[in-house]
Amino acid sequence: MSQITPRPGRIQRAPEGFLSPEQIREVSAGRRDFLRTAFASASMVVAGTSVARAADGDPAILTLPEHSTTLGRPVAERPYGAPSQFEAGLRRRESPGLTRVAGSSVSFSPLQGLFGIITPSGLHFERHHQGWHDIDPARHRLMINGLVKEARVYTMDDLMRLPSVSRIHFIECGANTGMEWGNVAVPTVQYSHGMLSCSEFTGVPLSVLLDDCGIDRKRAKFVLAEGADGSSMTRTISLDRALDDVLVAWGQNGEMLRPENGYPLRLVVPGVQGVSWVKWLRRIEVGDQPWATKDEAVHYIDLMPDGTHRQYTSIQECKSVITTPSGGQTLLDKGFHNITGLAWSGRGKVKRVDVSVDGGRNWRTARLETPVLSKALTRFNIDWVWDGSPAILQSRAIDETGYVQPTYAQLRAVRGTRSIYHNNAIQSWKLADSGDVSNVQVF
Amino acid sequence: MSRFSELLVAGCLIAAAAGASANSSFPGVGRAATPAEVKAWDIDVRPDFKGLPPGKGSVDQGIELWEAKCTACHGSFGESNEVFTPLVGGTTKEDIATGRVGAYIRQDAPQRSTLMKVPTLSTLWDYINRAMPWNAPKSLSPDEVYAVLAYLLHLGEIVPADFTLSDKNIAEVQQRMPNRNGMTTKHGMWDIKGKPDVKNVACMKNCKTQITMGSSLPDYARDAHGNLADQNRGIGAVRGQQTSEGAGGGAAAPAPHPAMELMKKSGCSGCHGIASKILGPSLRDIAKRYKDDRGAESQLIGRVKAGGSGSWGDVAMPPQAHVSDADTAALIKWILSGSPEN
Repeated sequence: MSQITPRPGRIQRAPEGFLSPEQIREVSAGRRDFLRTAFASASMVVAGTSVARAADGDPAILTLPEHSTTLGRPVAERPYGAPSQFEAGLRRRESPGLTRVAGSSVSFSPLQGLFGIITPSGLHFERHHQGWHDIDPARHRLMINGLVKEARVYTMDDLMRLPSVSRIHFIECGANTGMEWGNVAVPTVQYSHGMLSCSEFTGVPLSVLLDDCGIDRKRAKFVLAEGADGSSMTRTISLDRALDDVLVAWGQNGEMLRPENGYPLRLVVPGVQGVSWVKWLRRIEVGDQPWATKDEAVHYIDLMPDGTHRQYTSIQECKSVITTPSGGQTLLDKGFHNITGLAWSGRGKVKRVDVSVDGGRNWRTARLETPVLSKALTRFNIDWVWDGSPAILQSRAIDETGYVQPTYAQLRAVRGTRSIYHNNAIQSWKLADSGDVSNVQVF
Repeated sequence: MSRFSELLVAGCLIAAAAGASANSSFPGVGRAATPAEVKAWDIDVRPDFKGLPPGKGSVDQGIELWEAKCTACHGSFGESNEVFTPLVGGTTKEDIATGRVGAYIRQDAPQRSTLMKVPTLSTLWDYINRAMPWNAPKSLSPDEVYAVLAYLLHLGEIVPADFTLSDKNIAEVQQRMPNRNGMTTKHGMWDIKGKPDVKNVACMKNCKTQITMGSSLPDYARDAHGNLADQNRGIGAVRGQQTSEGAGGGAAAPAPHPAMELMKKSGCSGCHGIASKILGPSLRDIAKRYKDDRGAESQLIGRVKAGGSGSWGDVAMPPQAHVSDADTAALIKWILSGSPEN
C-alpha cells in the first residue's frame, strides 16, 4: 500500500494495552500528542527506568525482557500443549438467556479472533441435547441394520482398519444467526455466527459400510443415524446423500474427535446442518420412509409466513460474514486495514465473495485464500484504507451453482421473520467515526 | 425348545458373531449382529408406527408418573416455561378438527408449544421412550411411555380424561394431532438437488440510492454478553470494546479454583450459577442463607445426596447420588466459604 506513509510516531503505539477506551478513541480521532505522555508513564511501569530513556526508542527493544535473559522451560512440561496465557479472551461462550439448562445448550466459537479456515478443536462450537460424555472407545459399537442383507456390528478396532479418507468440511447449526431473524439481538460475530466450525475429519465413507452390509438398493430410500448419548439423538438422511459424501468419522484435525464433538465416532454430513452430524454415533438403520424424529418434527422445522412449517430442511445455503472488523470491536486507527471473513456453501465451492463498505451501494471482489474446497469454510481478504468516516461493512458470497447470498429484505420477503432456522442473510457491521463497530441490519 | 436345540441356536449365534459376512469385502472386519443386539438398540418408532412395542397406559396412570418424573422440568400441566419451552398450550378444538394450528395463521401465538408443532404422535412416543426422563433416559417401560403420553395428550384436550392409549388406537389418535396438516417438504433444502427459494443478483455499482437502517443493538444490550474487551485478543488491528468492568483482552487470567472444575464435572453448574440464579439458587445465596448455621455443612451434604425439598422455589433438586462423598464434602465447604472463583 504505497499511499500509506509510515508514520514516525508508530513505534510509540506499543503501550496500547495501557490506554483506556476513551484514550484509544482519542488516538483514533488523530489526537496522538497525549500518547507521548501515556507512553512515558507506561514505560516507567514496565521498565522502571527514566522517562528520558523513552526518547531513545521503544523500551520493548531497549530493555531486554526476562525471556531474553533467562532460561526457558523444558520440553514436555505440558505434554498436551495449551494456548498462551495471553489468549484467554478467545473462548467458547454461551449466549446468556438463550437456553436455560447447560446440558441442552449451545456454546459459540470465537470467530472474531480465528485465522484461516480450520477451527481449533478446543474452540469448536458445541450443541448438546442431553449433555456430553467421554465414552470409553473400547466399549463403543456401531450397528447397521434395517434394509440390509445382514445387520452388522463394528467395534472401533474394526472401523479404524477400513480404508479411511480425510476431508475438510464446515459444520453449521441450522439455528446459526437464528436470534437475528427479527432484529439485531447480539453484539458480536461470536454470538451471531459462532455456531460454525470447520475441521479436517477422518473416517470411512458411509457408503463403504452400507455396501459391506449388503444394502437393499431397490427398497432403501433413507437412513436413520442414532447417537449413543442419553437423548440418543436421531436424524433422517436421504439415501442419495448417504451414498454421496457422508463419512463415519473418528478423526478431527489430526487427532481423535473431542468428547464434546462426539468421541469416538460421529457422522459427518457435508453441507447439511449440524444436527444431522450425529455425535457418539451408535447405529445406522436403512429404511424406506423418513422417521419424523423429535429434531425433525418438533425442532429444526422452519415456520413460514403462511403458518406451515418446512420439515426436513437440511442444506445450509451459501453464506458469508466479515469476522474482522466485526461487532464489538474497535479499530485502533485510520489507515490501512485488512477486511477478512469466512464464506461457505452447503451446495459446493464458494466461487466469489464481494465486499461493500458503503452499506451495499458499491461492491469490490475480495481475494479467496486457498484452499477453496467444496462444503468447507473459505477465507476471504480485501485491502481497505479507512479514512475515518462512518462506514457499513458487508460481505456477499456466491457459490458454484451461481446462488448469491440474499439480503435481509429478500430473505424475509419469502420466509418472514419467525423461522429461527437457516438465516443466511448478508450481515452488516456499522463502523462509527470513533472506530467502534456494531451490529446493524440494513435494508 | 429342547436343550439340544437351545445349544444349537446358541452355537449358530456365536458362529455368526465370530465369522465375517460372506459378502464382506473386508475379511475379518465387523461381524453379524445377533437378533438380541438388534432388538436392544433398534428402538425407533416411525410415523407408520413400525417399531412400536405393544402396550397401553391410561391418563390416570400418566398423572402419577408425570408428578413423579416430569413435573420438575415441564410443570404439572406441561405448561412450564422454566426449564424448557412449554409442551402444552396454544391449540384449540378447531385445530384438532382441521389439523392446522390457527395461532400461526392468526399470528397471535407468543410462543410455540410442542403440541402446536408436532404433526406425528409417533415422534412423541419415540422421544419419551428414548430420552426421558431428562436425568434417567430409557428408564420408562413401554406401558409407562403410553401412560405419560396419554396424560400429555389429555392436557392438550386431544383425548378425554378416561382415555387409555395403546398400540391398537395410537394411529387413530395421531389423526387428531392439531398440527398434522401443518408440515411441508416442498422446499429446496431437503432434496440433494433442491432449488433455492430466495434470489439475489450480484450488482456491483450504484446498487442502491438509499441505505435504510432496519435495526441496531440497543444500548442496554451492549453489555448483556459480558465485557467484550475480554472476548477479543489484546493485540492486532482491533480491540474488543469495554462494555463492563474487566481486565481487557490479553490479560493473563488467574487460575480458577479447583472446585469450579469439580462443580462442572459433577453437573452442578447446569442448575446453579456462582452469583446468579439459574434453576436453583446461586451458590453465594446459599452461603448467605446458611452463614450463621453451624449445622449447615452436614445438612447440605445430606441434601445433595438425597435431593432437595424445593425450599428455594418450585423446582426441587433431584438426588445427586453420582457425586462421591469426598467431592460432595469439598463442594459444600467451598460453597459455604462464598465460592471463591480463584
